[in-house]
Amino acid sequence: MPVSILKQGAYLIASVQSALTDTEVIELRDSILERVAKYRSTGVIVDVAALDIIDSFAARSLSTVARTNRLRGAKTVVVGIQPEVAVAMSQFGLRLDDAYTALDLEAGIQVLTT
Amino acid sequence: MMVENKRGVGIAAHTQDADSSLLRELVAHLRDERTPLREEWTRRITEAQLLSVMTSDEIFSEVTAVYDNYVDALETGSIEALEAYAKNLSERIIPRGVETHEVLGVVLLLRDVLARSLFEKYQNDAPVLSSVLDAYEPAANRIAVTVGVSFVQERERVIRRQQLAIRELSTPVLKVRDQLLILPIIGALDAPRARQLTEQLLTGIRENRAKVVVIDITGVPTIDMPVAEHLVQAVRASALMGARVIITGLSADIAQTLVNLGVDLSMMQSVGDLQGGIEEAERQLSYAVTRTGDQSAGDEA
Repeated sequence: MPVSILKQGAYLIASVQSALTDTEVIELRDSILERVAKYRSTGVIVDVAALDIIDSFAARSLSTVARTNRLRGAKTVVVGIQPEVAVAMSQFGLRLDDAYTALDLEAGIQVLTT
Repeated sequence: MMVENKRGVGIAAHTQDADSSLLRELVAHLRDERTPLREEWTRRITEAQLLSVMTSDEIFSEVTAVYDNYVDALETGSIEALEAYAKNLSERIIPRGVETHEVLGVVLLLRDVLARSLFEKYQNDAPVLSSVLDAYEPAANRIAVTVGVSFVQERERVIRRQQLAIRELSTPVLKVRDQLLILPIIGALDAPRARQLTEQLLTGIRENRAKVVVIDITGVPTIDMPVAEHLVQAVRASALMGARVIITGLSADIAQTLVNLGVDLSMMQSVGDLQGGIEEAERQLSYAVTRTGDQSAGDEA
């Protein structure tokens, strides 16, 4: 899977390295949810800077992750959305409900720590 | 067959010779009559109240230059020099507010003045007059078209250049504090400008690592549905990049339009004026602005 999920203290950092197929998106979703439970994480950062496209399926999956995490008391921050991707997502009305967004990893960690 | 062909060529050549000799005669006539015709043309221009922004001295000197170029163009059949002069002239008169109808009017007046002088000269010789006009009119029309087109092209060039300048100036992204940007928007928003605004906004957010952006639309007179949607999209896209947007300076008109159009404003935070917007942004970024020293002496009671 082109995603590495690192544990950093109470936080999980999932950084996407290349474009994801739908199957890989599902794998990513499941492994984040599984690890949040396993490590009792309080925050998850998903870095999507490498993605040129975030389609409705990916957006919905990220929202699901965020909502599930929220129900378990963990924050989810999606970081690194490219400007073009942001424009396309807002044009198609794709939203990341329940997820925080931040410019990059650094800003994402700041969101989690404050 | 051969013989006939040859004869045909011969006639054509003969006609061309006749035409060019007529044209030479015509040019000679226009050179002889240079002064009265120039004066006549100037008089007619003033009478028709064309080029009202120029003084009569200026008109006369331009008239002289155009007249000479005109006669040269008639003589040589090459309009390049005239074209260059027309372009140069347009450059000088466009900033002074000379209109297209004035330029066309002036050129047509010259055509008229010259034709009248030809009528006068050949009034007793209808066949010659007719062939002189045959030689004169196509050339004169071509010249009139050249001058008119040069003027319009020059004007369009000026407009394009100004559009470019306006576009470059139109959406500055200003950093006022760390993580805080301001986008003042002045003038009417249309879809291309709104698109450009989104682009600048997102680039600005990334470059300055902004968390809060204040978009001030005090200077925007009206907003229509596509532009409102663009704005909402810009706000959503900013949110995806981790920046909140505060809109300030919504006029009563625009606020009403947005409500009537049913634009989804749930993403937008809006504050009455720019000052309020900056204060709100500072609060969100945990800035505390305090005044140092006692300013009360300068305050109005």
